[in-house]
Amino acid sequence: MMSKTIMVVDDSSSVRQMMSFTLENAGYEVVEAEDGRDALKKLGDSRINMIVTDLNMPNVNGFELIRSVRSKSKYKYIPIVVLTTEFHDAKKKESKDAGATGWITKPFKPDQLIGVIKKVIPN
Amino acid sequence: MDTQKETFKEEAQELLIKIEAALLELEENPEDMGQVDRAFRAMHTIKGSGAMFGFDDITDFAHKLETVFDLLRDGKADITRDLISLALKACDQIKGMLEGSEDRAESHRIIISLSDMFPEFKGFDHDHEAPPESIPEERRGSEKTYRIIFRPDRCILKNGTSPINLLNELRELGECDVTAHPDTIPLLKDYDHEACYLYWDIVLTADKGINEIKDVFIFVEDHSEIKIEIIDEGDDVSVGVETKRLGEILVDRGDVTPEKLMTALNTQKRLGEILVEEKIVSNSRVGAALREQQHMRRTREKIWKTAQTSSVRVPAERLDALVDLVGELVTVQARLTQKATVDDDPDLTSIAEDVEKLTNGLRDNTMSIRMVQIGSTFTAFRRLLRDLSKDLEKDVVLETEGGETELDKTVIDRLNDPMVHIIRNCIDHGIETPDIREASGKPKTGTIRLSAEHSGAHVIIRISDDGAGLDSETIRKKAIQNNVIASDAELSKKELFELIFAPGFSTAKKVTDVSGRGVGLDVVKRNVDALRGSVEVTSKKGEGATVILKLPLTLAIIEGLLVRLGSDKYVMPLSSVEECVELTKAESEKVQGRDILNVRDEIVPYVRLRKTFEIDGDPPGIEHVVITRVNGDRVGFVVDSVIGGHQTVIKPLGRGMKQSEDISGATILGDGTVALILDIDKLIQEQLEPVH
Repeated sequence: MMSKTIMVVDDSSSVRQMMSFTLENAGYEVVEAEDGRDALKKLGDSRINMIVTDLNMPNVNGFELIRSVRSKSKYKYIPIVVLTTEFHDAKKKESKDAGATGWITKPFKPDQLIGVIKKVIPN
Repeated sequence: MDTQKETFKEEAQELLIKIEAALLELEENPEDMGQVDRAFRAMHTIKGSGAMFGFDDITDFAHKLETVFDLLRDGKADITRDLISLALKACDQIKGMLEGSEDRAESHRIIISLSDMFPEFKGFDHDHEAPPESIPEERRGSEKTYRIIFRPDRCILKNGTSPINLLNELRELGECDVTAHPDTIPLLKDYDHEACYLYWDIVLTADKGINEIKDVFIFVEDHSEIKIEIIDEGDDVSVGVETKRLGEILVDRGDVTPEKLMTALNTQKRLGEILVEEKIVSNSRVGAALREQQHMRRTREKIWKTAQTSSVRVPAERLDALVDLVGELVTVQARLTQKATVDDDPDLTSIAEDVEKLTNGLRDNTMSIRMVQIGSTFTAFRRLLRDLSKDLEKDVVLETEGGETELDKTVIDRLNDPMVHIIRNCIDHGIETPDIREASGKPKTGTIRLSAEHSGAHVIIRISDDGAGLDSETIRKKAIQNNVIASDAELSKKELFELIFAPGFSTAKKVTDVSGRGVGLDVVKRNVDALRGSVEVTSKKGEGATVILKLPLTLAIIEGLLVRLGSDKYVMPLSSVEECVELTKAESEKVQGRDILNVRDEIVPYVRLRKTFEIDGDPPGIEHVVITRVNGDRVGFVVDSVIGGHQTVIKPLGRGMKQSEDISGATILGDGTVALILDIDKLIQEQLEPVH
């Protein structure tokens, strides 16, 4: 089984590092991006199976990123999970409307992250 | 993790510098909303990652500042010089927190000042998101069957959700049957290839709570239609393998109304075909209902099968022979162990140990083969009860409890007659006729309850009725009349009740077919005694009576404690032994000749077995007291010394020794000598009752 590649988009390098560490330990390949713009650039030349993205980011924010990704035919159906600090229904709905598949509420433990990943892209 | 914490700290420092820069810029240029946004985002990141790395204080504090920046961003507050200096102070405070050198009072002051500045801030301390409600762990264990209807949103694919993943996730939870409904798929010209037209019916049997199943749909529950119901709790074995009919399931699921179903049924074709032909339900819905039916049948069959585990019938004599052989083996093994110990030969000792291990395993297995659930015996009484109550024109129901309690097959077999006698007596003498019951304010139908439970190495069986109860005066008169007791005998209520088990005693006003011939209850006592058990009766006049049978789990081999008295050895059943303590001469003299002992501030009476068995010679300077617990009371037995545990193969005593009530049997020790097995219950009764 080829390992799956997950793109981690967050403007906080510590959060990115923590997620990469967790995901790589669980056997996934990780591509890091520091904001929406960086993510869109890196999406072009890699084969990504799933995206985990923060919502509040400079340049291109999470919502904009999701909408742009969904408009690409290659990534129309890619699972996208958003990171939110507030578990508000409004935020949840907004990201769903933008095309997000699911969400993880910060702070989360490594197990919770893996749990959601496994749910969205099972082996 | 530590390096990641370091990264967080560095990152937070950088972000704080960014915020400072933005704030200073704002001071010059209060209209520059871009700077507010920058500060907000940086604070948001500090808050978010702070929480991930366990800096809860920082997260808390940053959350408040974030709110302030949010208010500014939305134009709900003005940017003032005071505010900027306060925000800068707050940044310094976070820096202090990162280094662990902050002044807690200062944080508080900053927040107070902030809430002074922003009226909408009031009650802000309670503004945190509520911690996610902790859902109490659901009780696991029994497998439940769920009916799940999953109608995804048409656009589900566009959100990157694959319904197949969700279905697979359900399959991982337990046994799952999925039916897809294609009836909503449009014609090709109307078909949108990005839409999901299918919907699914799922029947799932799993040992999971409903919340775990809901969790599968957590990301789609808002937009999709999801219905989860429990259709079988899975804890009722008695329903057998019968499942609902197709029509019933369809009505249950709300696919058909009962009226339409009746109309369809009247046309006498196969129900599914008719419903489809009549266009009442679609083919796939009938398919889903049929699959649910099959699923339920399979599940029920599985439960049924576990309840009736496959078995091999073996004649009881073969089992008896096996137990005898194991008994002999245990005895021989004890001899081997003894020989090995005496010879002090390491090779032999190691062989003896192996043999001991194997023998113990063989013994336990053999014993467990002989264990039978008492439930089938209980069930057999149902018929008896029905016939008897009809004959006697009484209305009686049978309730049973603890049918899964296991007992040695021999014990169960020999228990049957005594129980029949007791139940007969309950119905005949205990339960009143319906009109008498009604007159005394009881329900017309009488109840007889059979219950069984384990208690140490014993099984307690209770047979109770809610009838008239025992009348101690009537018993007394009858006993005197039948010369069972002397006319001036003074007996307690309990002793009077026990008289009903005495030979030649009968209280029935007239001789009936069922009982009352004067033979009956004395047979019960004899049978139960033969099983090394005991029988007792409690009663409250007008409210009923309970007969309590206490029986040993097994008749063949027990764990015993070997003790020495003079030159003889005795075995005490280990199941009733609690502990052993030493008894010095000084101690026994301290209590001025009374046979009591202080064990950790508890007074324990004891019995001197030397006295009981009239053993000559002087006891050793330090004796041992074996403390037992019988019927909740602690009683000690003084012996010369305690030798240790012993696998006791019970051998019945010969006819000549039948009258010795203190001894329940004998066993052969490793050195070939015989040890007597003490009957603790009887000993206590005999030794202590005169004292009370």
